[in-house]
Amino acid sequence: MTIKQLSVFLENKTGRINEVTKILARHSINMQAFSMAETTDFGILRLIVSEVDRAVEILREANFAVMLTDVVCLRCDNVAGSLSVILEQLAENQIFIEYMYAFAEGEQANVIIRPNDITRCVEVLSDCKCNVVKEF
Amino acid sequence: MIWNPNKECMSRDEMHSLQGKRLQKLVQYVYHNVPFYRNKMQAMDLAPEDIRSIDDIVKLPFTTKQDLRDNYPYGLQAAPPSEIVRVHASSGTTGNPTIVGYTRKDLAVWSEVMARCLTAFGVTRDDTFSVSYGYGLFTGGLGAHYGVENLGATVIPTSTGNTEKHIRLIRDLKISGIACTPSYALYLAETLEKMGLSKDDIGLRIGAFGAEPWTENMRREIEDRLGLKGFNLYGLSEIMGPGVSYECQEQNGSHICEDHFYPEIINPDTLEQLHGGEQGELVFTTLTKEGMPLLRYRTKDLCTLMEGECACGRTSVRMGRIMGRSDDMLIIRGINVFPSQVESVILEMSEFEPQYMLIVDRQNNLDTLQVQVEVRRDFFSDDIGRMLSLKKQLADKLRSVLSISADVRLMEPGSIERSQGKGRHVIDKRMLK
Ligand SMILES: [Zn+2]
Repeated sequence: MTIKQLSVFLENKTGRINEVTKILARHSINMQAFSMAETTDFGILRLIVSEVDRAVEILREANFAVMLTDVVCLRCDNVAGSLSVILEQLAENQIFIEYMYAFAEGEQANVIIRPNDITRCVEVLSDCKCNVVKEF
Repeated sequence: MIWNPNKECMSRDEMHSLQGKRLQKLVQYVYHNVPFYRNKMQAMDLAPEDIRSIDDIVKLPFTTKQDLRDNYPYGLQAAPPSEIVRVHASSGTTGNPTIVGYTRKDLAVWSEVMARCLTAFGVTRDDTFSVSYGYGLFTGGLGAHYGVENLGATVIPTSTGNTEKHIRLIRDLKISGIACTPSYALYLAETLEKMGLSKDDIGLRIGAFGAEPWTENMRREIEDRLGLKGFNLYGLSEIMGPGVSYECQEQNGSHICEDHFYPEIINPDTLEQLHGGEQGELVFTTLTKEGMPLLRYRTKDLCTLMEGECACGRTSVRMGRIMGRSDDMLIIRGINVFPSQVESVILEMSEFEPQYMLIVDRQNNLDTLQVQVEVRRDFFSDDIGRMLSLKKQLADKLRSVLSISADVRLMEPGSIERSQGKGRHVIDKRMLK
């Protein structure tokens, strides 16, 4: 019920994200979603991609520090308030969200969540009949 | 076991008197055979007869790395070319390399002192010993090689190169000891594990590690992964090569072969001799060398000397861990900072690659220090909080060691430029302004 997210360590340096996207493009790996967390000197690029194992391999080959993280991806209606209902459920069940990011496509919105307790999070979401995405 | 108890356990009085006699002979010898020293002594109004005991050594001139370069290639050689049987050279990171010629007797002394080291590590005639320092102009390979032969153990001259083949030899020939750099030992452990083997598949029990700075953490890691006990082997090519000092089973400092290499600690600024365990620059005089003897050679290594009999029974002076170099000292906000201090902090933390760069700058009339380090791939975390706390941990350690705060920058693995040999680790932008 979880999916693998690719995390890449990057120095804050012009063109560094572009290096990653170029390598993935060269190998025809599609990025479905991404977000960037940054500090003054470094950042962590988080990606959901089409072929995650191959992406890890080619990025490691290009000397990037890469790791896989389990995240939950859920799909909800792209209308006002739908995410709020879900987040309320998580909060009620004491699930803390370390980070999240979202992307909407038409009628639907996809939300990537990194919770502190991933098993509990999946349980709670299935109990409330949320649409948890198994794979892209 | 002690290879040469007569010398290694000599009473202090006897040692001083032996050192005094050897120094007098040495000064006569260089005065008459090396114009460089004769000129220096004449300029100081010093005659060989003025040296009567080892304490008179303070009257003698110093020798620096620059003197060796200026007298390239054979200017400081005392023995005639016909007496020289071997030449080694140290890699010159800048300028001329240093050429060192050895007479037959020099080589005999070298294998004698190396045998003392190996015996102190616990090597016996029954051991099969792999020498994995580079063979060639570098003194490590051949120096250790002849020591093992002199001791009577079996030497396997593996040098550096094909590591998997090396591991198969270690297993198949039941190699029990190895001499190499500590970083090569770690690489060996890595390769061993990659081959699906572990320390239980090999029978290494003794490691003689030197030729680069290493830490207690590295010692523990090498010992854990290779299943051996690691000992410090110190030397420098200008003086002899490996074998100048060695750790005994007590591992409380390295015993100096002071009947051949007389150690002093000096204040690098005033050049005064220091006593009583004070830290300063280590200086060596080669008491018995014939090929290229040196008076008071300034090693630029900063350390302390420890007197007093060791629990192992040896009476020779011990040198502590090298704490830094006197030549690459930086003064930042009025405080002395050695890149090696930063290095030792980084080497102690397994989360970082052993690569770093110091960027010193001046902003608003205040010196700034930035320390760039590479995060090891295995320690990269998706959790930004953990990465920031790692950064803070390093910054805190640096502040406690350096007494000034440094701005730590976490870099991608492989992003700091690798330099050949002894890396350049400092960019001082203040000098450009
Ligand atoms: Zn001892």
